[in-house]
Amino acid sequence: MKKECKDCGAELTIPQDSMVGEIITCPDCGTDFEIVSKNEDSVEMKEAESVGEDWGQ
Amino acid sequence: MIRICVIYDKLRFEEKKIFSNIREKGFDATLVDGKSLTFDTESTKSDSRFGDIILQRMISYNRGLHLTYCLEHIGLPVVNSFNVSEICGNKLITSLVLKNNNVPTPKTTFAFSTESARECMKKLGYPLVVKPIIGSWGRGVYQIKDQSMAEMLLDSRQDNDNSFSRIYYFQELIDRPSRDIRCIVIGDQIAASVYRYSSDNEWRTNVAVGGRTEEAPLTSELQEIVLKASNAVGGGILGVDLMEDKERGYLVHEVNNTVEFRGASAVCKSDIAGAMTDYLVKMSTK
Repeated sequence: MKKECKDCGAELTIPQDSMVGEIITCPDCGTDFEIVSKNEDSVEMKEAESVGEDWGQ
Repeated sequence: MIRICVIYDKLRFEEKKIFSNIREKGFDATLVDGKSLTFDTESTKSDSRFGDIILQRMISYNRGLHLTYCLEHIGLPVVNSFNVSEICGNKLITSLVLKNNNVPTPKTTFAFSTESARECMKKLGYPLVVKPIIGSWGRGVYQIKDQSMAEMLLDSRQDNDNSFSRIYYFQELIDRPSRDIRCIVIGDQIAASVYRYSSDNEWRTNVAVGGRTEEAPLTSELQEIVLKASNAVGGGILGVDLMEDKERGYLVHEVNNTVEFRGASAVCKSDIAGAMTDYLVKMSTK
């Protein structure tokens, strides 16, 4: 599935097996998008949170 | 049927792997975005999304900790618990808990202002290692080699509004091979043990900064110290990181609360996600 990057207009490829919550990174501008909903023929994304200082494992 | 809820805020390899494993084993699994949740003082256990047990896998330490408190408040079992999460997410607390429980750990010094940090570094001498008390993947971990680097650190920390930036964590630099050891502990079992080698021109061994992994033999000595460290912080699903000091042997320097295991799963035969599912099932019936 293809989407357009909201920041730079580049084409984003959404892998078939991607899931809600996964992050898709624009190959051109590096913006991260989070998949918020997905079905067979559509996918909705929003800009992902930036990495927080308290992020970790 | 046992229902297991995996809470995330950023879906990684690990959450997908655990989620699919729970389903493959025939249990009911839900994936819940923790960022979408709300709680209030009247919240109750009846929310069906949460199932019988929760695996808390949030990448944000503070968000995960507070959400875990809410979930435990309404009576839900959470792996890892609030107490374990609080200890493991904060390196200062981890170091002190390890020391209190006689787990060998590097000598570490804490300071709480720019002035006392400067004095500390002068007294300790160089090189030494500085780490942020919260955070992972080697971010903000530096070797301070001399006084000029020490001043650069103090300057950068002063410019940072983060409430933890004025808490300093200085650790002795360990004389070790160019690797550390990551053990994945699940309950009282060690599911995997790997060496993490630092990449060229990099002293940190984190996979996130290019480190490569290789299966490490699980000796009885390693097993004993890893389980001791896990028990010291309260147990659960944990990643215990150790260094091999050339004189003192194993030293535990970190215990991770939402352990990543992509690197380990690529080189170990053991079914890490499967062992996690088995543990969650066992804990849900306790």
